Amino acid sequence: MSHRTFHHDRHELHGITVVVDTSGPEVWVGRCDDIDAESVILLDAAMHQDGEGGHSKTDWVKQAALYGVWKKHDRVQLPRAQVASVVRLCDVPTT
Amino acid sequence: MPYDPKMVQPMREELTRIGVQELLTPADVDAFMGQKTGTTLIVVNSVCGCAAGTARPGVRLALESDVKPDRVATVFAGQDLDAVAKVRGYFGQFPPSSPSMALFKDGQVVHFVPRHVIEGRDAVGVANHLVEAFQKHCVPAGAK
Repeated sequence: MSHRTFHHDRHELHGITVVVDTSGPEVWVGRCDDIDAESVILLDAAMHQDGEGGHSKTDWVKQAALYGVWKKHDRVQLPRAQVASVVRLCDVPTT
Repeated sequence: MPYDPKMVQPMREELTRIGVQELLTPADVDAFMGQKTGTTLIVVNSVCGCAAGTARPGVRLALESDVKPDRVATVFAGQDLDAVAKVRGYFGQFPPSSPSMALFKDGQVVHFVPRHVIEGRDAVGVANHLVEAFQKHCVPAGAK
């Protein structure tokens, strides 16, 4: 089934909650606004630094997949060069 | 800025016409949530596409189940701002999310369905997910 929204000028993940892992220690969760050659734009996003509060990136993302995240940023623009992967949060295993 | 109420009205009625009680004010929320006994489903409705295509139809299908909550109510995110803020106060540890659904048993959240879980399913998938929670936490009508 397609989950595309009616905003056909945007990336197919527009409106979907995604996990954006970076090549650095940060991982982000937010609602994808758009993805292009230059950047990934997230709305209502939260970020975790690997090891922060004793939690790895993987642990934090699993928690996010169970409960969601408390948004810390209305909008962030992440340079594509720093993005290692973008996956839908609903596809993250919680066990 | 909230959407035009006329545009939103059909989205409200998709739930109210199947018997879901609409909570428009903080006082409505407190009065409804004041009854702690039994099971309650709260649906946080919204204007987004996953509410239209997945969440509301999923709720409708789930409520056709033999096992369902004693009471069902809804608030509308982005519209009834104070009522939504009030109801989110009852959600405890769960971050704000819309659309979303929370199943309460005796006043405690026992199951929460955030937006990203709804995004990952179609309406039947959301219904099945809800019915699983109903079967775990609610009492079948014939056993009451």
